[in-house]
Amino acid sequence: MTKYYQPEIECASPEQIKAWQDERLVKQVKHVWDNVPYYRKKMEEKGVTPEDIKSTADLHKLPFLTKDDLRECYPYGLLAKPLEECVRIQSTSGTTGKRVVAFYTQHDIDLWEDCCARAITAVGGTKEDVCQVSYGYGLFTGGPGLNGGSHKVGCLTLPMSSGNTDRQLQFMTDLGATILCCTPSYAAYLGESAKEAGLTDKLKLKAGIFGAEAWTQEMRRDIEKSLGIKAYDIYGLTEISGPGVSFECEAQAGMHINEDHFIAEIINPDTGEVLPDGEKGELVFTCITKEAFPMIRYRTKDICVLNREKCACGRTHVRMAKPMGRSDDMLIIKGVNVFPSQIEAVLLEQGFPPNYQIIVDRVNNVDTFDINVEMPLEMFSDTVRDVTTKEKELVAALKAMLGIVAKVHLMAPKSIARSEGKAVRVVDKRKLF
Amino acid sequence: MSVRQISVFVENRVGLLSEVTTLMSDNEVNLRALSIADTNEFGILRIIVEDVDAAAAILRKHGYIYTITNVLAVSMRDEAGGLAEILQVLAKAKISLEYAYAFLLNKPGVACLIIRVADNNAAEEVLAEAGIKIATQDELF
Repeated sequence: MTKYYQPEIECASPEQIKAWQDERLVKQVKHVWDNVPYYRKKMEEKGVTPEDIKSTADLHKLPFLTKDDLRECYPYGLLAKPLEECVRIQSTSGTTGKRVVAFYTQHDIDLWEDCCARAITAVGGTKEDVCQVSYGYGLFTGGPGLNGGSHKVGCLTLPMSSGNTDRQLQFMTDLGATILCCTPSYAAYLGESAKEAGLTDKLKLKAGIFGAEAWTQEMRRDIEKSLGIKAYDIYGLTEISGPGVSFECEAQAGMHINEDHFIAEIINPDTGEVLPDGEKGELVFTCITKEAFPMIRYRTKDICVLNREKCACGRTHVRMAKPMGRSDDMLIIKGVNVFPSQIEAVLLEQGFPPNYQIIVDRVNNVDTFDINVEMPLEMFSDTVRDVTTKEKELVAALKAMLGIVAKVHLMAPKSIARSEGKAVRVVDKRKLF
Repeated sequence: MSVRQISVFVENRVGLLSEVTTLMSDNEVNLRALSIADTNEFGILRIIVEDVDAAAAILRKHGYIYTITNVLAVSMRDEAGGLAEILQVLAKAKISLEYAYAFLLNKPGVACLIIRVADNNAAEEVLAEAGIKIATQDELF
């Protein structure tokens, strides 16, 4: 089995990786200084010039970029290459609904697809495999990224895009897909649907690459069980390129960041100060090989930890933990911090499907906290007492986890909108700003 | 000699009960009897039909959550004291009811009481000893 897509890069010595990063960072800062007046102005305001950046040790001197900068510069303000050299855009709405548009040269797309090819190879993908890409195609980076990676590996690629679940299952079984790429919530849904259609035995899947959404270890076990696969995590964001910024290997113990393309830092989100490896903080990326849309010190808002310990798989690139939440995903309800991932963990533990919707509102200056949950068949009974007992157990388990009481509403199966792209897990009706 | 009852999970939402009953009517399923248990959050619709498996298949196809439970259909005199007589027998035997509902049959003077108890056999035994008849699914139609 081919284990690595680019072994000389993926298993390079730490000294080699550092040398690449030093050289590429210096070049990149010069490129941005020369071509992006907006970032040059930011550097000037901080009193930094390209001459001050001699290696990665000087990275902390550079100003940050945030989503606010992207909004301000929309659409062309951060473009570092003439439009005639750009061949593609991808776009995301982000969590706040404001569009982000990222540009790519052919070189950028090649490197991005290499990253995705590394991810597919890391889960055991070879040219013998049939890779079903059920991420959305189009502006969303999920479909195009994994599609490109799958081509590079040489898999037979099924460009399914998301939705049309019956057709997904038909192709999956008829063509014998061995690798599935989609959002974790859609993977869970496909697993459920396959079970309902009695197709579970006909699946040939061995691995899945799931990202673009927060998901828990419980959900991973759930998906692995329902589809009979090993489920791997992949991480990325449109601003930095798309999926494949980091990916999980066979060890399933953190995601390797492609450090020949991206430098990762962890900072204190309040002060901007760089934190040592192993400390929890906000993840920041610098693109050192991208031409058209090279983000320098872009703040992801993902709260995360880096791990430089040697990985059993032989790759030398640093690993990031699954993000523990987003600084802008966290809800403060009745003064308590609530992460949707905590609610998901409780649902799975109590035997409910991980399909839920949190509704937060404020009535007479008091927060209301409601969770819509789908009633699973196994829990239904003809007596009110049995059903109410399950409901009460769930409410108690949620209170134990969160410290506050949620009002649980049991819904009919599949009545909560499923995500074919990203799930809408939180509806916050409070007008706090 | 129990009968099979279908219980359907219904969300507490306007029109949902009508959706289920319309589905049954569109598929020409005649409901012999029904009862609804409701809480603030959800409801349970319990129905007695002639062809249980056909009705269940329709519900499954349309994504409803349901369960089939064996309940007792107790023949009851349609006159004052008919219900009391049955309940006294059960109470005396210390058999508690989870729920019960009654309906009239197409025969004059005869009603039917559906009861859900923890142990059907025990209930059947004491009722038989008291000379009270238990109906089969077929006898209800």
